[in-house]
Amino acid sequence: MRIKVRFFASLRERLGRSEVICEVPPHATVSMVWEVLLCEHPELAAIERSLAFAVAQEYVDKGHPLQDNDELAIIPPVSGG
Amino acid sequence: VQAVKSKVPAVVDEQQRMSCRITNDPIDLQELSDFVVDPSAGALATFVGMTRNTNDGRQVILLQYECYAGMAEKEMAKIAVSALTRWPITKIAMVHRLGRVDIGEASVAIAVSSGHRQAAFAACQYAIDQLKATVPIWKKELYEGGELWIGSQTETAGAWLHTQEGRKR
Repeated sequence: MRIKVRFFASLRERLGRSEVICEVPPHATVSMVWEVLLCEHPELAAIERSLAFAVAQEYVDKGHPLQDNDELAIIPPVSGG
Repeated sequence: VQAVKSKVPAVVDEQQRMSCRITNDPIDLQELSDFVVDPSAGALATFVGMTRNTNDGRQVILLQYECYAGMAEKEMAKIAVSALTRWPITKIAMVHRLGRVDIGEASVAIAVSSGHRQAAFAACQYAIDQLKATVPIWKKELYEGGELWIGSQTETAGAWLHTQEGRKR
């Protein structure tokens, strides 16, 4: 299935793009998409602990199951205010 | 012909007790006060976050904000609903600005009304603390000699994201 992954702020600038489409098997979780991203960008492993994940605009943990055409946002530390 | 400014609509609940908005325009505090003012409310507390000219010893030139559109408003609305549940407040309004914000301008504002002042103060503090912790908004600081996404440098593992610092503009 097809997952749209979105990047913001520092992450977007560092990766040089704001989104990417990931193909993953049915019943994949956030973790599995993350593994796909790590293959392409191994340097992401260093910042993993500082990131949060959101699916359909709600914070989720990495075990969250995905559905086809879900939007997964990778959220670097927020700094509003 | 008068130009009509297109405004991003606020997320407002059915009872009109909360209003949450992301805006590209300068913040109008009066607009927030007007939303929360109520005949039953004897207190109106406001908080306004302003851009400061120094941060961690850096001379800040301006700030640039971006958000995850849609989710940012939803997270703000959650905070407003939570404040309405936890304190006996009458109404709450929150707004956060995006894009370029010059020094001395407001980047965020919150207004809370309540029967008595304690609840308004407490809910207002809660709302800004929560906003800074959970709402997907990011600020980039442009300072003398470089630029930096705030937040990414506070994590020990964030060094990789931190490489923008010191980059000459």
